[in-house]
Amino acid sequence: MANRIGVYVCHCGTNIAGKVDVAEVARFARGLRGVAVARDYKFMCSDPGQEMIIRDIRELGLNRVVVASCSPRLHEKTFQNACLRAGLNPFLFQMTCIREHCSWVTADGLEATDKAKHIVAAAVARVNYHEALYSRVEKVHPDVLVVGAGIAGMQVALDISRAGHNVHLVERGPSIGGHMAQFDKTFPTLDCAACISTPKMVAVSQEPRINLMTYAEVVDIKGFVGNYTATVRVKPRYVDMRRCTGCGLCMEKCPTKVPSEFEAGMGERRAIYRNSPQSVPNKPVIDAAHCRQLGGKKCGVCAKLCPSGAIDFEQKEQLVSMDVGTIVLATGFDVFDPTPLGQYGFGRYDNVLTGLQFERLNNAVGPTDGKIQMKNGEKPGSVGIIHCVGSRDTNHHPYCSRVCCMYALKYDHLIKDKLGHDTQVYNFYIDMRCFGKGYEEFYRRVQEEGVHFIRGRPAEVTDEDGHLVITCEDTLLGRIVRVPVDMVILCTAMTPRADAAEVARTFGISQGLDRFFLEEHPKLGPVSTATDGIFLAGTCQGPKDIPDAVAHASGAACQALSLAARGEVTISPTISHIDPDICSGCKSCIDLCAYSAIEFDERRRVAVVNEAMCKGCGSCAGHCPSGAAQIRHFSERSIFTELSGMLAGLPHPPAATVAMAHPIPAAETHGQTAQGA
Amino acid sequence: MEAFEPTIIAFVCNWCTYTAADLAGTARMVQSPRLRLVRMMCTGMVDPKYVIKALLSGADGVLISGCHPGDCHYINGNYKARRRVKLLNEILTGFGFDERRLKLTWVGASEGNEFAATVNRMVEDIRALGPSEAAAVQAL
Ligand code: FES
Repeated sequence: MANRIGVYVCHCGTNIAGKVDVAEVARFARGLRGVAVARDYKFMCSDPGQEMIIRDIRELGLNRVVVASCSPRLHEKTFQNACLRAGLNPFLFQMTCIREHCSWVTADGLEATDKAKHIVAAAVARVNYHEALYSRVEKVHPDVLVVGAGIAGMQVALDISRAGHNVHLVERGPSIGGHMAQFDKTFPTLDCAACISTPKMVAVSQEPRINLMTYAEVVDIKGFVGNYTATVRVKPRYVDMRRCTGCGLCMEKCPTKVPSEFEAGMGERRAIYRNSPQSVPNKPVIDAAHCRQLGGKKCGVCAKLCPSGAIDFEQKEQLVSMDVGTIVLATGFDVFDPTPLGQYGFGRYDNVLTGLQFERLNNAVGPTDGKIQMKNGEKPGSVGIIHCVGSRDTNHHPYCSRVCCMYALKYDHLIKDKLGHDTQVYNFYIDMRCFGKGYEEFYRRVQEEGVHFIRGRPAEVTDEDGHLVITCEDTLLGRIVRVPVDMVILCTAMTPRADAAEVARTFGISQGLDRFFLEEHPKLGPVSTATDGIFLAGTCQGPKDIPDAVAHASGAACQALSLAARGEVTISPTISHIDPDICSGCKSCIDLCAYSAIEFDERRRVAVVNEAMCKGCGSCAGHCPSGAAQIRHFSERSIFTELSGMLAGLPHPPAATVAMAHPIPAAETHGQTAQGA
Repeated sequence: MEAFEPTIIAFVCNWCTYTAADLAGTARMVQSPRLRLVRMMCTGMVDPKYVIKALLSGADGVLISGCHPGDCHYINGNYKARRRVKLLNEILTGFGFDERRLKLTWVGASEGNEFAATVNRMVEDIRALGPSEAAAVQAL
């Protein structure tokens, strides 16, 4: 008995039907071998559309289904489920794309229709050779790995642990809190950043279900969704965490001073240090690169002074491995280094600061105890704030960093507030983007406080007799303005972490064009990645302000939890199979397999696929000299017939010759096997 | 006579180039109507036989495109594809095909514009080469 194939051509409103003659495509499909019914319909993905397929499967006894509509990346699952509801194995279905790859990209309607026919013919040809496949169910390890303990990572860890799951929270730095711990106030509410983030940091450190690992990095990930094994390198702190009481005596007496990363270079720290008095954990770490003792010189002052004997120069790095079911990456962002923008004088002029440096200057526990002052210790009489430094700039980062307008407004307010109303503040902006809740209101409030707004991207900052002068074209007035100021703040871009590519590789995920980690779908999958079981939280996915980072993080936590709580996951059966009757035992596939999923059966002298480890990449199938290795659902026969369908009827003579020389193998024979099975 | 419009079969990996092709579609970047995509899970899956079959069945050019080196969803399938393409080039010349009919590129998931540019460039290149030598090859 021949296959009974149902073909459904979607109009997608006018998205497809506006270009492709869908009725004609359906008519053409009716003439293809094995097609029992072909219909076109407005929206195949709608309920009535799916019902139509289900009814036909039941009433017309279809045993194969083809849907030609949008990209299978959008609706393949929808239609597979419809088949399943009608009792048809979802792998006896083929979805093919006539929207993204046809109607939307073809100029001419006739040509688009012709292309759609070929695409449908290929799918129909191929579906004949589909086999019923059954997904495998695997257990999901209940523990979750969270990488990065900034505000997003902390939120994820808290959400998940509160649901009753164990979390391993790995932070690269010596303490948690991320960039938020460096800020002074937050926009638009002006809450103090420490006041709202410290309780979260403490909650993280006290939650028994969170295994917090600071000064540690994930170096390797093995396994697959539900069953990952992570290897974490814990760097030596040279301070025994159990003994240290966090008294801080060591930090006072250490003779080595270096610029502090946490202070964004505005202050110094010792070789034994902690980021701030509120750090969690509150215990210091020795920076091996600068410590005299560890560098082989004579010192050891900290060890002599420590009242609890916590200093341990013998500590070694440790590799810890852990099993987890899901992973959330919350690795954050880097602040753009404005040095390449030489015209703004960063690094050349003392009083040109980055936004982060100003945060530290303004922070009560920062290098100036929160006093806004110039390098010489005096109050600035006027401040220029340059927006979009490194953002919205095709030479650096074309995207908008989404936070600079708002933090610039916050600085406006804080400067007026701390230094008095006679301090002049000038904003140089391209557009003001105040889109969040309460943001526009805050903008209005700051405008009313008497801050100046000049629309234009400054050309340069120069030093004229000890005064900084900002030169800019005011694009509203259409004239060049020169504004003398005492201090310049550069609103620097949020950029992907410098090592984002390495991290992406370790976790097997991708980066977007902007080098931030790539989400599964820009709108509907903002926290998942193309790799099952790995999720994104916060700014590692793209610039975000704190509310958005927190919301994104809770979203990621929820997705990781839904896997962890369910406890099992279905794994695609589209993996490799090596036919023992054909395998010649050459073993060449064994070395090719990136997952060591192929073993050699010495007794039968054939290669055998370990189904739990195979991911279905097809490295073996693409190579196998005897054609024994085949990926299910991507068998040689299906690809060959797909090609025939695509190329059938092309005007070159060889096409016809070949079609005749290698006719599409009779569907009948195969239909019988499938029916019988 | 109408200008020769070459038919191109593109074997693209699901994780990168197929996604890029979706993106190019969403952005309405016009491409040749004679471009036909075959969705593969990874470029490492592309059996040399598929390339030869495509050329013998009427394709004027074959594109294999996947994730950038190091970004393959399956660790290193794209490196295997690269090695295979080297080999295929020699085989194709042996068959009598111009080896430029087969092209390997890397187009990442977010590079919709790069995808459209790649296929359009390829169409131009193959147009310059003229119709496939398949007829002559068949005659052998
Ligand atoms: S998955 Fe894209 S090349 Fe391997």
